Amino acid sequence: MSFKKGKMKQKTLIEVKALSAWFKKSQALSNINLLIEKNKVTAIIGPSGCGKSTFIRCLNRLHEEVEGAYLKGEVILEGKNIYDLGSDPVLIRRNIGMVFQKPNPFPGMSIYDNVAIGLKLSGIKKRSLLDERVERSLRNAALWKEVKDHLSRSGQSLSGGQQQRLCIARALAVNPSVMLMDEPTSALEPISTAWIEELIQKLKNQVTVVFVTHNMQQAARVSDRIAFFLNGELVEFNKTSWFFTKPKHSKSEDYITGRF
Amino acid sequence: MRDSFYYFFRKTYNKIMLLLIFLLSLLATLPFFYIAYFVFQKGFSAINWDFFTKIPSGPGIAGGGLANGILGSAVMVGMACLAGLPWGVFLGVFLSEYRFHPLSKLLRFVVDLSVSTPSIVIGIFIYSLLVSFFGFSAYAGAMALMLILIPIIGKSAEEILKMVPNHIREAGLALGLPRWKVILQILIPGTVAMLFSGVILSIARIAGETAPLLFTSLGNQFFSKSLNEPTASLPVQIYEFSKSGFPDLEAMAWGGAFLLISFVFFINFSTRLLIFIRKPSYKNEF
Repeated sequence: MSFKKGKMKQKTLIEVKALSAWFKKSQALSNINLLIEKNKVTAIIGPSGCGKSTFIRCLNRLHEEVEGAYLKGEVILEGKNIYDLGSDPVLIRRNIGMVFQKPNPFPGMSIYDNVAIGLKLSGIKKRSLLDERVERSLRNAALWKEVKDHLSRSGQSLSGGQQQRLCIARALAVNPSVMLMDEPTSALEPISTAWIEELIQKLKNQVTVVFVTHNMQQAARVSDRIAFFLNGELVEFNKTSWFFTKPKHSKSEDYITGRF
Repeated sequence: MRDSFYYFFRKTYNKIMLLLIFLLSLLATLPFFYIAYFVFQKGFSAINWDFFTKIPSGPGIAGGGLANGILGSAVMVGMACLAGLPWGVFLGVFLSEYRFHPLSKLLRFVVDLSVSTPSIVIGIFIYSLLVSFFGFSAYAGAMALMLILIPIIGKSAEEILKMVPNHIREAGLALGLPRWKVILQILIPGTVAMLFSGVILSIARIAGETAPLLFTSLGNQFFSKSLNEPTASLPVQIYEFSKSGFPDLEAMAWGGAFLLISFVFFINFSTRLLIFIRKPSYKNEF
């Protein structure tokens, strides 16, 4: 592993042990070992097809929803392996929010309902509680000021950047301890991208963020830790500042300097 | 010089082909306009208050209408719809949302077959299954229409649900919702306008079915007293009156045809309008 044991003062939130993943016969991830620290931002970088997205989809058991996909290994979240026999993916996912590459508010649903739906469908009916959680989530996603006067409008009427913040609010509403983001800004223009980056920085006080990006500058700006993936393997896991200044692996250096 | 000749040739050739495509398309739609005009011309004069409120009078007797047929059609199509709608939508949900299920391929094949099964075959089937034991009835008619309706609604619901991008489903799953809740609370509400359009278009499709009703509800010169006896329907009345040989009954048949075609036109027009108003936009799709 990348850290000497003595230096690890931070609390580990997720421990990934010997994780390998397949799509039918082709292997997408092989033997990944990784510690994700609480209240840090971890960026997953690497060239296209290196298994970045597959990796974070293994962290909330979304990988198995794809036809023919399966995996081996352990993902230990807060002391419990989420792949334990008999553990319920539905319950696990409530603790792990996810934001996707394309902003995807639910069609035909108002801004309010988009944020409230996770709570509503898990049984919360009290209007005052819902109102409060919706407002808090939208404030946390830095969207409240823009939408507070028209919460009943369709979520799809918002701009792309606003939609992505709405999706972040939707994921925050159910109070997850981890937030996974799969290239959250790759469909957005620079100003919205800056908004989201700033938001990730703010969010890390409440949730642990793991995000995939193909933009190294973004990873450098936003993350505390970097995991560099190549051909389904974890090449290097390091503090962001160290990764860019003195990478441990020659392949990392090649990637940083653009030799891929 | 050579280049400019080819340029001119290519431009002209393009224009000729475009014109040809336009003319052929126009030609293809011409029969419809002619049918509409023909039915309007022959049928419109038969439409009056009596047409909707009276039952047919005998040949040679003035007045009368197709009230029993209109009512019978409405009742049978309504029953077929009530029973077939949830069934068809669930079929569509299975075909679209569980498309990797081992049974799904077989089921899709069967549904494709039943969409193209001739309706007269379905009529004969219900005849031997129900009518030969219990006699002609509105129930049997509704049952035959329902069998035609279910695969059509199923197919259209499948196509509509498939249009929803996969990451919408994944967003629901990632929120910690079980798959059935994602389907019932997110996918179906999000596409309800389009699903509804699919349903009413299939209603338009079965409203004009004649062959299966000939074998099942038969027909009735009067209002039926219960759902358990032979029941008049608009398409069967059109069929019978048009071959009766009496000019006044034939005029009535034209009126019925005009009513049916107006109904289909109205339904198509209103669904277009509905989709235009309510279509969800996936504007961030590339």
